[in-house]
Amino acid sequence: MHALRAFWAITWRELLRFVHQRGRFVAALVRPLVWLFIFAAGFRATLGIAVTPPYQTYILYEEYITPGLTGMILLFNGMQSSLSMVYDREMGSMRVLLTAPLPRWYLLSCKLLASTFVSALQAYVFLAIAWAYGVQPPPLGYLKALPALILGGLMLGALGMLLSSFIRQLENFAGVMNFVIFPMFFLSTALYPLWRLQESSPLLATLASYNPFSQAVELIRFALYGQIHLYALLYTSVSMAAFLLLAVWGYHPARGLTAARRG
Amino acid sequence: MRLVTAILIYFSATALADTVLVSLEKDNALAIVDGQSLSLIQTIKIGRRPRDIKLSPDLAKIYVAASDDDAIQVLDARTYQVLGTLPSGKDPETFAIDPKGERLYASNEDDNQVTVIDLNSSQAIKTIPVGVEPEGIAVSPDGRWVVSTSETTNMVHWIDPVTLEVAHNTLVDPRPRAATFTPDGKQLWVTSEIGGTLTILDTASKETVKKLKFSIPGVNQTLVQPVGVLVDQNRRYGYVALGPANRVAVIDAQKLEVIDYLLTGKRVWQMAFTHDGKMLFTTNGASHDITAIDTQKLKPIKSIAVGHYPWGVAVKP
Repeated sequence: MHALRAFWAITWRELLRFVHQRGRFVAALVRPLVWLFIFAAGFRATLGIAVTPPYQTYILYEEYITPGLTGMILLFNGMQSSLSMVYDREMGSMRVLLTAPLPRWYLLSCKLLASTFVSALQAYVFLAIAWAYGVQPPPLGYLKALPALILGGLMLGALGMLLSSFIRQLENFAGVMNFVIFPMFFLSTALYPLWRLQESSPLLATLASYNPFSQAVELIRFALYGQIHLYALLYTSVSMAAFLLLAVWGYHPARGLTAARRG
Repeated sequence: MRLVTAILIYFSATALADTVLVSLEKDNALAIVDGQSLSLIQTIKIGRRPRDIKLSPDLAKIYVAASDDDAIQVLDARTYQVLGTLPSGKDPETFAIDPKGERLYASNEDDNQVTVIDLNSSQAIKTIPVGVEPEGIAVSPDGRWVVSTSETTNMVHWIDPVTLEVAHNTLVDPRPRAATFTPDGKQLWVTSEIGGTLTILDTASKETVKKLKFSIPGVNQTLVQPVGVLVDQNRRYGYVALGPANRVAVIDAQKLEVIDYLLTGKRVWQMAFTHDGKMLFTTNGASHDITAIDTQKLKPIKSIAVGHYPWGVAVKP
């Protein structure tokens, strides 16, 4: 009961933060939309076409990058929530939260789930706009994409949480941007299929295939077209578990970097 | 009893599924695709450089223009055995069969003529001189007119099948490539490869009713080269294959307006409907596949690799 109340409180706080920061909501949507409307239109002809699963026929570039841009929302939100945790820690509300008489892993998981729900909501708003723009996966795909969005969101959120346990100050977020978000996004299958990367650089293609973000994107892509990508599912799940464990470890007062810093 | 039921189910199932026949220009072969599962079943070696492919009106025979063999091959539609050849003249590319299945009209690009073949005797009965480089050819549904389009003269030649003479000419846009009558016979649709247009002519007056220009956002205009053209049985939609633009234009066949462009494989060339008209198949020469389009939703649903340079397509019920 107590645990449930804590979960609601955290989710409520996350939702409130989300609703109150309307700018953030718009920004989170504008980013992928700019990619969809401008970048994709510009690159429509240059990327070439080939039929690759889960697609059964030729598709426009817009259609290819839509799952990738959905992943982008999860990625940025995952990192943004890590930013908010750094903020919370600086402001002291994190300390209040972590002193609640509940296991730390539980509180962190609640926080993670709450921010993932918000991400999934944004992802659906984006998918709705993309639908109106002409990117129309099968209707059932939208339902099937939900677990993929949640899992992908949890994995990226856990990564953000792990990173936030390392970041001491808000200002360091720019570093996260440069060293985590951009490489993860560009070195993935979000913008170009693996075979296309393979043509230009086998090394980059290999790195991209090991990028957990790629696997999350592929998981969403296949789910959106009604299919389950087993490898991506396993890869994302294992990555999520690993990031979460490390994050919980990182937030433990006696262990992890919090302790190291204090010392 | 159970065996009889099994056989009945088997035959009713095969009767329902259409078979898609695709000529492969570079493989000298015929690809056979199952219209239900949308998968390649087998490939059969036929004459050299097969291009246009059509079924006889009684659906018993398949005719294939084997361009490099200077003949039209006749195949059994069930067994795919070559039954014989027809004297089409040099380098046959496209041909049309009259609705009764009595005559076949083949265009001879190099000789600037149309060869008329009697299908009962398998003999050429006449060669009709037309414009330079005849390409598209069609017979009206009532059998009243045979039209031939000449690529260099840029004309539609209206041939009277009774006298076997050119009775009328209509000037159209550069390089008229293909022609088809609407199923009601009232209009003739002609594509111009260089003009990048579709000209719609009135059969009765032989005058232009409307000219449609194709332009696709993000695609260079020089790539828009209309080739194959088809109109559905109810004259609801017409379809024009746009060659290297890799799109099929969908036209509202009543309002005569372009309503959509559907993405296909590379260099989309010819098309054929399934028997019920619910699906349209396109041959995509440069990407070596065919694309199945759902004509209800106007959505390409699957592209199937068939072999090198698919050119023509016919659907056997």
